[in-house]
Amino acid sequence: MPTATDSAQNETTCSGTGAAAPATPSGPFRSYDTQGYFDEMLDPSGGPRPHYARFAQRLTGMSRTEFEAKRRAVDLAFMRQGITFNVYGDSRGTERIFPFDLVPRIIPAAEWAYLETGLIQRITALNLFLHDIYHDQHIIRDGTIPAEYVFSAKHFRREFVNFPVPRDIYIHICGTDIIRDAAGKYLVLEDNGRCPSGVSYVLENRRAIKRTFPESFEENGVRPVEHYPAELLKLLKYIAPAGIADPTVVLLTPGAFNSAYFEHTYLARQMGIEIVEGRDLLVRDQHVYMRTTKGLQPVHVIYRRIDDDFIDPLVFRHDSALGVPGLINAYRAGHVSLANSVGTGVADDKVMYCFVPRMIKYYLDQEPILPNVPTYLASEEADRRYIVEHLPELVVKAANEAGGYGMLMGPQAAAAEREEFRRRIEAEPRNYIAQPVVRLSRHPTGHEDGFAGRHVDLRPFILYGEKTVVVPGGLTRVALRPGSLVVNSSQGGGSKDTWVLYGSE
Amino acid sequence: MLSRVAHNLFWMSRHIERAENTARLVDVNLQLLLDVHNLNDRTVAAYWLPVVQSTGDEELFLQLHTKATGRTVTEFLVFQPLNPNSIVSCIAQARENARTVRDQLTLEVWEALNRLYLMLQSPRARELWRESPQEFFDEIKSGSLHLQGLTDATVVRNEGWYFVQTARFLERADKTSRLLDLRHASVPARGAPAGAEPSQTDALAWSAVLRSCSAWDAYKALHGAEVQPALVAEFLLLSEGFPRSVRFCVQQLNLALRGISGVAENRFGNEAERLCGRLLAELQFSTAADVFDCGLHAYVDQLQAKLNAIGEALFQTYILQAFRLQSDDELRQQEEQQQQ
Repeated sequence: MPTATDSAQNETTCSGTGAAAPATPSGPFRSYDTQGYFDEMLDPSGGPRPHYARFAQRLTGMSRTEFEAKRRAVDLAFMRQGITFNVYGDSRGTERIFPFDLVPRIIPAAEWAYLETGLIQRITALNLFLHDIYHDQHIIRDGTIPAEYVFSAKHFRREFVNFPVPRDIYIHICGTDIIRDAAGKYLVLEDNGRCPSGVSYVLENRRAIKRTFPESFEENGVRPVEHYPAELLKLLKYIAPAGIADPTVVLLTPGAFNSAYFEHTYLARQMGIEIVEGRDLLVRDQHVYMRTTKGLQPVHVIYRRIDDDFIDPLVFRHDSALGVPGLINAYRAGHVSLANSVGTGVADDKVMYCFVPRMIKYYLDQEPILPNVPTYLASEEADRRYIVEHLPELVVKAANEAGGYGMLMGPQAAAAEREEFRRRIEAEPRNYIAQPVVRLSRHPTGHEDGFAGRHVDLRPFILYGEKTVVVPGGLTRVALRPGSLVVNSSQGGGSKDTWVLYGSE
Repeated sequence: MLSRVAHNLFWMSRHIERAENTARLVDVNLQLLLDVHNLNDRTVAAYWLPVVQSTGDEELFLQLHTKATGRTVTEFLVFQPLNPNSIVSCIAQARENARTVRDQLTLEVWEALNRLYLMLQSPRARELWRESPQEFFDEIKSGSLHLQGLTDATVVRNEGWYFVQTARFLERADKTSRLLDLRHASVPARGAPAGAEPSQTDALAWSAVLRSCSAWDAYKALHGAEVQPALVAEFLLLSEGFPRSVRFCVQQLNLALRGISGVAENRFGNEAERLCGRLLAELQFSTAADVFDCGLHAYVDQLQAKLNAIGEALFQTYILQAFRLQSDDELRQQEEQQQQ
């Protein structure tokens, strides 16, 4: 058997590198059309790229029915395990599985090494930036970033200026969204430095794919991701208040109606820590306790999955029923640590995103490894004029929204919609940015009659603690609707497993 | 253990046990009716209404249905979403309880419960029920028993497990007593039933009570095939070894309560333990004559009040201290607003 497979692979690899490119590709990709996009799997000649050769071979040897059967088995397993997200606005509390596509996205070792270095550079600069703007504000005083942009950021927390966060870390857990353009160049789309979600799908997708393609998994040499919960727990213990030998770590969830609730319980279980709601905690004498059947027990580190605004009704939103009154006081007193820190939202602001390359130069004296998508700021006079005049070619985004909300896709939008956005931009320029439409790379994705190209992005998860850990791969999100560029789960997106290889093929 | 977690584990377990008992109750009574002759609307109603009464939801039933028939009662006890104690509602609530403490459950337990829930939510549930009610009820019963087995086989004997046990046996004791009460009208309000053989219809009805508690085989082995109401009552209330008798359940409840607190069996550390220990002693040192001196219905009534008091005391001791009352809608809205 091994010999047969080997020779088959060599053939595919050869055609993939173009040595003897066949005029028409065979197998499941016979009628596949890349339509001029950068395809992650297939090169322009239609053959698989070297790092996909083995997997393409596996797909060729599989009938359509066999593939369908595997797909159905995975969907059923996800439903049974309750790996679902909540659909909002549905009183019956409908849960859906996050659609999972069986064809994995594969990244060769060298490409990953490049991404990893770029991500580490970026999170390091972001943390230095946050520390700076909450302390001496050098970057503002030197005029590198205009003061008004920082101070007008919706999530800038004045209350925390000069507050020493544990170990000087602001963003402990970051999910950075990366895309590839028509030339295959990697670009950073946004940083999620508040409560990035999706890592549970990385872990569950991997489990599912291991069961589905055990052989492929072995023969490709895929780097594991299972250590994420252990690394996360290590990080959370690292930031515990000084002098606590064996800190109690908890995960603070908004509750079972939150869309990411599955992820919260999943991570808590994997780390072996309690998952708590705000009402399970109380503060006495600036110490945080949880209410247990045996009375009150101290809590030292909180991995919170609640927004700043809701975390403490005494400090932020007074009507918050999810938070813990007095928590911020305990945090300021240094008796409890929070991850991520309060006030990191300023780095999620899409206007601030525009300045990340400057931050990298300013704090690290390095050239940015991973470039940004070119961005126009509506609050800059010249940019605004350009945006308004070129709306049909641009993507307009609200500076502080997530989940694909508050967005205008210029080319697809109706004239009335564009007009509406033009008005909003003129009224509130600080709140809008625009970017050229990036021709997102595509990936073969299963659908009714075979495989079709669908746009993808990548969200790697970065843990910034004693050392910085990037779990190899991340969540590949895929826009399942034909032609759609929006990959968010709330907007018809699905996901793929992401394989980072030990080697290059 | 977080009080909220204990609360959810308790209700998860209790809802599952409740669904299983209801499945058994409806199943047995549907089958039993096949053996009854000369049915008319009145006899049918006289037969089914006590079944509804035994669940304590008679008022709601009468709001939703005008007549008690096999169809309406089954609909009400099995599928009715407005009835919080219908099988579908119980399993949905158990699953929701489980979901909010998902991290505390083993994968096996969670998957089994989720599977039962998905089955009941799917169109297949009604199809199966139409095709073969017996198979349908078997599926629910075995789903519940499967869950109990998994809990016993995969869960660490920690506080959470003892809360699960507490809920299971509290619910089971309550349900057994309610099933026994189902046919109390056929025995005197006070004093022992006459020695004469009960009528055929009564005998059938009392055997249905036994079957509803899965006690038929155990009873026959002890007393033979002749069904005497006094013996049935004695068996279901006072048997030391039958796992669904009230005495057995209270014994297990007592152990579970002490598992939570670590307090020795001959002492008490809180009100729940005191009440439970006292009830256990009563059951251990009572005879069928004591029961009938009081009157079966009155005895069962008092018993249920005592069980409720234990549940209430448990709640006060371990759960209540931890909760502030909050508007559910407000909570939900804010939970949904969190950007992830």
